Amino acid sequence: MTAQAAAAIQCGSCSSGCNTAHLTKLGIKTGSWDYIVALAGNPNTGKSTIFNALTGLHQHVGNWAGKTVTRAEGAFTLGGKKFKLVDLPGTYSLLSTSVDEEIARDFVLFGKPDVTVVVVDATRLERNLNLVLQILEITDHAVIALNLIDEARRNNLTMNERILMRDLGVPVVPMTARRGEGVDELLSAIEQVASREFSARPHRIKYADSNLETAIEKLATQLRSEFDGLRNARWVALRLLEGDESIIDTVRKGTLGAVKSTNHFPPLVQVEAG
Amino acid sequence: MTNSQAILETAADMRREIGTNLHDRLTEAIYADAGAIADRAVSTGEHSGNLEQAFDRVLTSRIWGFPLMILLLMGVFWLTIAGANVPSAMLGELLLGTLYNALHSFAAVLNAPWWLSGFLIDGLYLATAWVVSVMLPPMAIFFPLFTLLEDLGYLPRVAFNLDRLFKRAGAHGKQALTMMMGYGCNAAGVVSTRIIDSPRERLIAIITNNFAICNGRWGTLILIGAIFVGATAPPFLASFIAATSVAAIAVLGVIFTLLVSAFLSKTWLKGESSSFSLELPPYRPPQIWQTLYKSIIDRTLIVLKRAVIMAAPAGAAIWLFSNIYISDSSIAAHLISFLNPFGLLIGLNGVILLAYIVAIPANEIVIPTILMLTLNLSKSGLAQTGVMLEFNDDAQIQQILTSIGGWTILTGINLMLFSLLHNPCSTTIWTIWQETRSLKWTTIATLLPVALGIAVCLLTATAARLFL
Repeated sequence: MTAQAAAAIQCGSCSSGCNTAHLTKLGIKTGSWDYIVALAGNPNTGKSTIFNALTGLHQHVGNWAGKTVTRAEGAFTLGGKKFKLVDLPGTYSLLSTSVDEEIARDFVLFGKPDVTVVVVDATRLERNLNLVLQILEITDHAVIALNLIDEARRNNLTMNERILMRDLGVPVVPMTARRGEGVDELLSAIEQVASREFSARPHRIKYADSNLETAIEKLATQLRSEFDGLRNARWVALRLLEGDESIIDTVRKGTLGAVKSTNHFPPLVQVEAG
Repeated sequence: MTNSQAILETAADMRREIGTNLHDRLTEAIYADAGAIADRAVSTGEHSGNLEQAFDRVLTSRIWGFPLMILLLMGVFWLTIAGANVPSAMLGELLLGTLYNALHSFAAVLNAPWWLSGFLIDGLYLATAWVVSVMLPPMAIFFPLFTLLEDLGYLPRVAFNLDRLFKRAGAHGKQALTMMMGYGCNAAGVVSTRIIDSPRERLIAIITNNFAICNGRWGTLILIGAIFVGATAPPFLASFIAATSVAAIAVLGVIFTLLVSAFLSKTWLKGESSSFSLELPPYRPPQIWQTLYKSIIDRTLIVLKRAVIMAAPAGAAIWLFSNIYISDSSIAAHLISFLNPFGLLIGLNGVILLAYIVAIPANEIVIPTILMLTLNLSKSGLAQTGVMLEFNDDAQIQQILTSIGGWTILTGINLMLFSLLHNPCSTTIWTIWQETRSLKWTTIATLLPVALGIAVCLLTATAARLFL
């Protein structure tokens, strides 16, 4: 069954506000757009499946970690607005330094997505939440796609998404993306967050350390005045305090906030020469 | 001093004040919160046994892992070879028999000049028809089966089994994953090496990716395995022996990957292998329809389209080369007789070598190119008589190759070896250049496999001459 057919069947069963009916899959014809939506998450949680379901594209999906190594882009329209969807490589953390993970991190950080959808494997919630919490440190405008609900059910795990939503402070949508279940709900959540109809109160990690708080604030203020329009100054400040080499480097070069293009990948020959 | 530098200095000062263990403290804070939230949101019910873990213990066990892997591979090849026979014959009958003859009769009615009908029907059409009839049935069976294994979650288990060996070869364990990607397409495999952080290990993965047999080569291997190796066995064993030969080539590819990786990491690309943890994804019940759709549309038809796009002009070019004469023989004949001594020396022949040069843009067209060159060559010997084609199933292809092309079982086996060990296709070479931007490594990645292929074929040919 194609994703489209799956969505159509799903559509027949939804009672209110059926989004799929107004969904037009635009494939790779991104052109201009009203909103950018980033698709982040741990490896092998179904990001590419959701990407395909929304854009009508056939980005290769495989049951293993590391299938997507580049940024794939697609588009769809919904409720008269055009959304550009960016499928990011899977990553366990934003604190790591591996190159494919850096692509994901830089986009969430500096690509200024209007909505960041974090796809979460319901059967491995705790580990997946590590990434969710890190993303919520960066952006308020997130939607959690609680995917693989069917597998969780098979493993006798019961999800309470309302508690999860309350704790995280952003919309949580239970899904079984490969059967098209939850796609409608995800779409309306994306729409609400994109239009800022939904006011998020995202979870913030508390650092019980007043020295640290002062340090973060001081650095963040300096960063904001140096880099115009930097949205995540506090996060960058924390990385600087941690001594994150890649962030230190972008500050030194003054490229903080610039997103590398899709195909920009450090050619090996430079490393070899160095 | 610029502002950025000032910021960095402030940060460095503060870092000293706060202490260097900030990263660990932050990570701990995140883990603690994640744990607490997950505890509140998930309630664990009765666990219904650990079937998955039991499966994994067997599939990734030190004793059973590899034998099971080889058995599964053989099973897939056997189903492909046994299943493709009948549809292959039917397609051949239709495209190379009925339709081909109808086209010629039509051309005769129109009084088309011989060179026009030759160029269009014996060149353009024939190559295309051959690609379709030879490649389509095995691909339409093999790709869904392979995709099914992938969707089930078996491929990461294979990677897990291989991980140990890759480490021992001084390469990155993730190379097993990039190799799995290469089993679809080497260009995609080369791009997927981006998941490897260390440039040294990434280069090793790029150079050895070609030893993973790609979409374009499975068809050749399966066909030659069936008509040359399988045919030596009694009929009831034929498909089984053929499947074994294809599986053997695939395993040989893994062995070469490991050997070349070990060689590179001990010579030009010295270094320690970095560690990583490979996550075994859960077994997921595959969705049959989606798998069929995905493998038929995304894989079979795309590969076939690429093959047809390459085959049509190649067929036309081959026909021209075979029918334009310089002194007393055609251009193709000149080229082939030039390549023949070396080809025969390594247990192949001039036609095969020329076919591999023609097929640099796409490995998919090797077999049709070989067939057309062989036929055209004999035709020029037979003084341009209109050859009636009745070669529409696999056994007849074998007949053309043995009686007209002078092939032996050694030629068949060496072609399979050469199919594993030769230069990457032009798309892959281009991708390697894109990824490395190094002329040196692109050249090595291109020429090393051919050199190995020539060496191995020379070895088997010499052995055959000495002992048979």
